[in-house]
Amino acid sequence: MSNLTHLTIKDALKGLENKDFTALELTQSHIDAMAQTKSLNAYITETPELALEQAKASDARRAKGEAGDLDGIPLAIKDLFCTENVQTTAASHILEGFKPQYESTVSQKLLDAGAVTLGKANLDEFAMGSSNTTSYYGNVINPWRRKNDDKDLTPGGSSGGSAASVAAYTAMGAIGTDTGGSIRQPASFCGISGIKPTYGRCSRWGVVAFASSLDQAGCFARTVEDNALLLRTMSGHDPKDSTSAKKDVPDFVAALNGDIKGLKVGIPKEYRVDGMPEEILKLWEKGIEWLKSAGAQIVDVSLPHTHYALPTYYIIAPAEASSNLARYDGVRYGHRAQESDLTDMYELTRAQGFGDEVKRRIMIGTYVLSAGYYDAYYIKAQKVRRLISEDFTKAYEKCDVLLTPTAPSAAFAIGENEDDPIKMYLNDVFTVPASLAGLPGMSVPAGNDKDGLPLGLQIIGRPWEEETVLKVAHVVENLAQFKLLECGDLK
Amino acid sequence: MPQMIKGDTGDWEIVIGMEIHAQVIARSKLFSGAATEFGAAPNSQVSLVDAAMPGMLPVLNKKCVEQAVRTGLGLNSKINTRSVFARKNYFYPDLPQGYQISQFEDPIVGKGKIEIDLPDGSVKEIGITRLHLEQDAGKSIHDQSPTKSFVDLNRSGCALMEIVSEPDIRGPEEAVAYLSKIRMILRYLGTCDGNMDEGSMRADVNISVRKPGDEYGTRAEIKNVNSLKAVQQAIDFEARRQVEIIEEGGKVNQETRLWDPNKMETRSMRSKEEAHDYRYFPDPDLLPLEFSSQWVEEIKQTLPELPDEKKHRFMDEYGLSLYDASVLIAERSRADFFETVAKDGGDAKLSANWVINELLGILNKNEKALSDSPISAEQLGGLIKLIVDNTISGKIAKDVFAEMFASGKDAEKIVEEKGLKQVTDTGAIEAVIDEVLAENPDNVEAYRGGKDKLFGFFVGQVMKKSQGKANPALVNEILKKKL
Repeated sequence: MSNLTHLTIKDALKGLENKDFTALELTQSHIDAMAQTKSLNAYITETPELALEQAKASDARRAKGEAGDLDGIPLAIKDLFCTENVQTTAASHILEGFKPQYESTVSQKLLDAGAVTLGKANLDEFAMGSSNTTSYYGNVINPWRRKNDDKDLTPGGSSGGSAASVAAYTAMGAIGTDTGGSIRQPASFCGISGIKPTYGRCSRWGVVAFASSLDQAGCFARTVEDNALLLRTMSGHDPKDSTSAKKDVPDFVAALNGDIKGLKVGIPKEYRVDGMPEEILKLWEKGIEWLKSAGAQIVDVSLPHTHYALPTYYIIAPAEASSNLARYDGVRYGHRAQESDLTDMYELTRAQGFGDEVKRRIMIGTYVLSAGYYDAYYIKAQKVRRLISEDFTKAYEKCDVLLTPTAPSAAFAIGENEDDPIKMYLNDVFTVPASLAGLPGMSVPAGNDKDGLPLGLQIIGRPWEEETVLKVAHVVENLAQFKLLECGDLK
Repeated sequence: MPQMIKGDTGDWEIVIGMEIHAQVIARSKLFSGAATEFGAAPNSQVSLVDAAMPGMLPVLNKKCVEQAVRTGLGLNSKINTRSVFARKNYFYPDLPQGYQISQFEDPIVGKGKIEIDLPDGSVKEIGITRLHLEQDAGKSIHDQSPTKSFVDLNRSGCALMEIVSEPDIRGPEEAVAYLSKIRMILRYLGTCDGNMDEGSMRADVNISVRKPGDEYGTRAEIKNVNSLKAVQQAIDFEARRQVEIIEEGGKVNQETRLWDPNKMETRSMRSKEEAHDYRYFPDPDLLPLEFSSQWVEEIKQTLPELPDEKKHRFMDEYGLSLYDASVLIAERSRADFFETVAKDGGDAKLSANWVINELLGILNKNEKALSDSPISAEQLGGLIKLIVDNTISGKIAKDVFAEMFASGKDAEKIVEEKGLKQVTDTGAIEAVIDEVLAENPDNVEAYRGGKDKLFGFFVGQVMKKSQGKANPALVNEILKKKL
């Protein structure tokens, strides 16, 4: 039944409806695939029994004609989403063994639509990283390999497990979160599509917080259309999240009509960064040609504050994180160091519980918020953030969407870029600006580098215009004819 | 009159600013739906948000916002229609989030002022700096086990209003008057029960001393000052301590000190150097709090008459003294009680006297609250009406009052049953007077010879003979004629 795993969500739903196969069969084939690709370490916690139970219930619903929008579709859930009675770790030792008594709004919406949950996908610890190498539960391996090179590659991060699981056909889709690129960059590295919607489109309730003003749930799938299907279910206002928007959720699937005639696509000149590989520039050119050929109008635009985006992000995100992670103190749940003195208990709990990257960001965040430095760092960063946001507003006076590369490189080998945190941070140079502005962004696989590794293009839209983003991504997808990883390519 | 401290080098002025934490009356917490009732079993009123479980988010309780606005209006303060919640970061086991959601740079209520009433009858204005909303912490319990501490999160996340005063308070008397007035206003408004015993109102006192006319001195913040008495005692102690230090050539440290009511002293908790760096920043989980000035106006329409307004009205409308008015407005229910008595009794000043001197006196002696009074406002009004229309004399009224307090019966009924009605029949009074004059010929002689003071003797004898029932005015009138 392994071919079942290669279906799109859309085709699988059709197959289920036509009784070509059952949700139980579909789920079992994914569980088998998970077993065969265990070496990828894409999951921290696998929940096959739960998945089979859900699949049975799904088949029963469908038999009664009560199937939901995603009924019977096996998905991977980034282990940053709290899942009722299923261990939720945020890839951190400090939450090892933690089983929430509640289900995050986004995962609940998927369950309500009938989705089957295969397990909790690996990630960078507390979503802090761009290579999925900071997880306490080990690295995730990208299912792609370079031609003529057997090195393990990173799947990108932080939603590395989610991206790898979908690319490796162990899940039909996955949910992730994106704070500075954590969906788009791994999607690009793993040769699949992934969308981060507008900040406020999906509820953050029940998602372990990294940087509250930036965190946003999104999804991965092997087609743009499947992403539209998933996002349609995940979105919507949640009274439990004060920052979630009271906006109607459009039918994202219906938006994929291929009609981009007259649509103005902006090309930001500041995204031509030094040292970017020629093949990425070429791919970008190709993307421009594709959209032109489909009737879009290409416009040169400027986002003058782009090069301040990374430093701004690396002040705001750690500042919020340093406060958000204060609750992991060993008092109520998770890891606790057995010390009799309170301060010792705090210090040792957190020293043992957090990894290096998390500690680094807590320290940076604590520093930039401290008395005497707050104005120079945090306040300044907030001001620059506003300027970055205004850059986009101005650009959108001239164009409807932006087309950029997703990342400055293809997937790199595990261990590369580890010597210098700044080098790692540079991975998010193209994704961070849209995060700071709260804009919807999507990565769609568009080509391969000289080693055969996938490269993505990013489409960034106006706030609440995910429909346009998806529509453009869909056109790119059709014209790029990107070849997904073959089953036989899997190691 | 500011209270000065006499030092070896002269008089010292005490400069005080207060921060009052008042628990907001609301059914649920500031950012969660958990209940707020006092005295519930430990950790029985804790939501996932209050326990700071991963991924939980705060949602603002509109009722608490309304209460803060009400309070701001009651403190004659500027209402900020846009304010911002900020995180105050520090670690403590009873602070589950590792930060308190509070307001820092943009509070919901800005500058204002209130009047305080001082024991010498004067009135002073005290500036309000700000009022902001914040979460309460939980409670750490250290006395249940030799090796462990316990945490009760029932209070964690309950809404508090922090009311900050300007350093306008001079001395313990003013501090007590200020705290009392704030408590009175909050109770009138129904925004805080003001119950200091249960901790729903707590005060931090900032104290410094200076020679009159000098710049402000270095201040110490005194925590755990949880009763009016403690405010008085803590300020007395701390001001003297500071004067002694300065006069001995030392310097007062800027620090946080704790009031110990058992040892009757303040002691250092932490110095400025050890002070927390709270790393305030706007809470990214909450949007700025914005509401319309029209909403503020709507809330304003629902405000009750506040203590100071009521006090002035009692003085103007009823001609009461400042003292009487102040006593009556101390509690809203007391003022309402008085107004009912005055309406039914028909004499406001007399009613004030009876409420303050008789009723409150006997209630106090019996350790009863006004709400438990066996005599209702209507009943007391009925008694006063009998005095006003000369049915009984004031003296008889006191006996009737005692009977009412014991039995709960109406005044009219007691007067009826015991035949206490005043005698206003001039013939009957004349007969008694004639008897008295006949029995005391010597005194009559003496009075007529110029001993005016004996008039009182005759009145007394007549009243005695009539068992107090003779109308005193008539007795006077007829006696004068006959003598």
